[in-house]
Amino acid sequence: MRRTSLWIGAILVGINVAVALLTLVWLPYDPTAMAGGRLQPPSWAHWAGTDRLGRDYFTQVMIGARIALTVGIGAAALGGLIGTTLGVLSAFAQRGIDDALAATLDILIAFPTLLLAMLVVAASDGASLGTAILAIGIAMSAILARLVRILTKRVLAQDYITAARCSGLGWGRIVLVHVLPNIAPTVLVAIALQFGLAVIAEASLSYLGLGAPPPNASWGQLLQSAQSTVYNAPIGVIAPGLALMALVLGINFLADGLRDLLDPERGAA
Amino acid sequence: MSLISLRDVQFGYGGQPILHDVSLALEQGESLGILGESGSGKSTILRLMLGLARPDQGVVEADGSVLDIRSRPRMQAHRRFVQPVFQDPYTSLDPRMKVRRILTEPHVALDLPGDAGAEAARVLDAVGLPADSLDRYPRAFSGGQRQRIAIARALIARPRVLLADEPVSALDLATKVRVIELLTELARDITLVLVSHDIAIVAALCPRMIVLQQGRIVEGGATRHILRAPQHPYTQRLLASLQHMPEETP
Ligand SMILES: Nc1ncnc2c1ncn2[C@@H]1O[C@H](COP(=O)(O)OP(=O)(O)O)[C@@H](O)[C@H]1O
Ligand SMILES: [Mg+2]
Repeated sequence: MRRTSLWIGAILVGINVAVALLTLVWLPYDPTAMAGGRLQPPSWAHWAGTDRLGRDYFTQVMIGARIALTVGIGAAALGGLIGTTLGVLSAFAQRGIDDALAATLDILIAFPTLLLAMLVVAASDGASLGTAILAIGIAMSAILARLVRILTKRVLAQDYITAARCSGLGWGRIVLVHVLPNIAPTVLVAIALQFGLAVIAEASLSYLGLGAPPPNASWGQLLQSAQSTVYNAPIGVIAPGLALMALVLGINFLADGLRDLLDPERGAA
Repeated sequence: MSLISLRDVQFGYGGQPILHDVSLALEQGESLGILGESGSGKSTILRLMLGLARPDQGVVEADGSVLDIRSRPRMQAHRRFVQPVFQDPYTSLDPRMKVRRILTEPHVALDLPGDAGAEAARVLDAVGLPADSLDRYPRAFSGGQRQRIAIARALIARPRVLLADEPVSALDLATKVRVIELLTELARDITLVLVSHDIAIVAALCPRMIVLQQGRIVEGGATRHILRAPQHPYTQRLLASLQHMPEETP
């Protein structure tokens, strides 16, 4: 059962990764050039039809996969790094500092990602892929930091940590060889789930014009431009919508399968 | 000269006093039992002896000098001098490390002489576990076997003193007996400090004992004398209650 979810997840995510990599070297059509009539329905020549300007829509959905993964990976890496560092530090911090950090994280978590994104955009030269990654990464790091803090505290209370101290290990080494490996399974699963949320968040930001500008359009932006013509050309909404769903579902399945695979009570002995 | 001693030690966690005027001395070859109710401060005494915490007042002396836990070289030497064994064998081994890694970790970190792999094999043999245990994870072992691994890890540094905090109270009766046999054997070369609820274990392993009540030593001396004629009313009550439940686990 869990194996199945791992496989489904791996296939869905794998297809997305393959398509994203493919777009780097090959595209069916030039994404900026007119390739046919306007708002054409799907055909053999144009699998997802064409948009208002007659550009091949499937090509744009393919590029969207690359944008989505870039944002997901970027935000997950940023959020994972900051979140883990803050979480571990706060688990070690003195009571007062730890409390202050915990309160800050709670506020940051309650703070809407959208508002954060607007602030980041306002503070930089306008919306770009980078601002989207930064905003989503910061929001993600707060959630991960809170999780890492609790997990780290739990590990630090174990007798094998005291044993390690009595074996002459410094705190840095203890974090590296005892804490991180023991919190890794749970944190990795959380990061995978956050990855899925990041892809959705990016779509929402793009939809509102806070994402990457064209021609590197993300699925959110495709959805937004297609909404005015949804009755004439529903494929404009269906194609990026399905792609988004497949990727997020795939990531969630993968996270679920990963959780089981990394369970220390069940992993390979 | 004593191996380890506490002199007029006061200690508390965040202002809350836990130990009051504790003085004791561990002599070479005279294993010491610490008896006392849960929460009386037994584990705290062991933490001070291990140098995991510093007394608020008074001093801990080990191997002939005052223990300064802020001095790294002093602590490295202390780690080779005294090693702990904990109560719960399920949390005292890192589930993500193979036994080989668990046993060689102190060897590497304390920069001990000899080959780490050979030393791991030596201590594994000393606690009566087969050599192929090295390539397994802790989950492959029973509670008693895990406790043997924890004891093996403590032996890597060839310490003079072994601090055992309720080392068998999480084990079932048959396993308990075998681990006590192992500790008895080890106590011929290493001086034990043994925290236990079980008066029979203290009697079997420790020629000397102290009784702790709410952070104060209320009685101390030769185990035989205390068991035969406890002086303090608290000790009398403790012995009476323990005799009703000889197999008590906390
Ligand atoms: N890390 C800690 N922080 C605050 N209080 C503690 C801590 N560890 C132990 N205590 C308190 O110190 C007292 C003595 O604890 P301990 O030495 O573990 O007793 P024992 O080992 O005899 O059961 C208890 O009241 C316990 O609640
Ligand atoms: Mg205790």
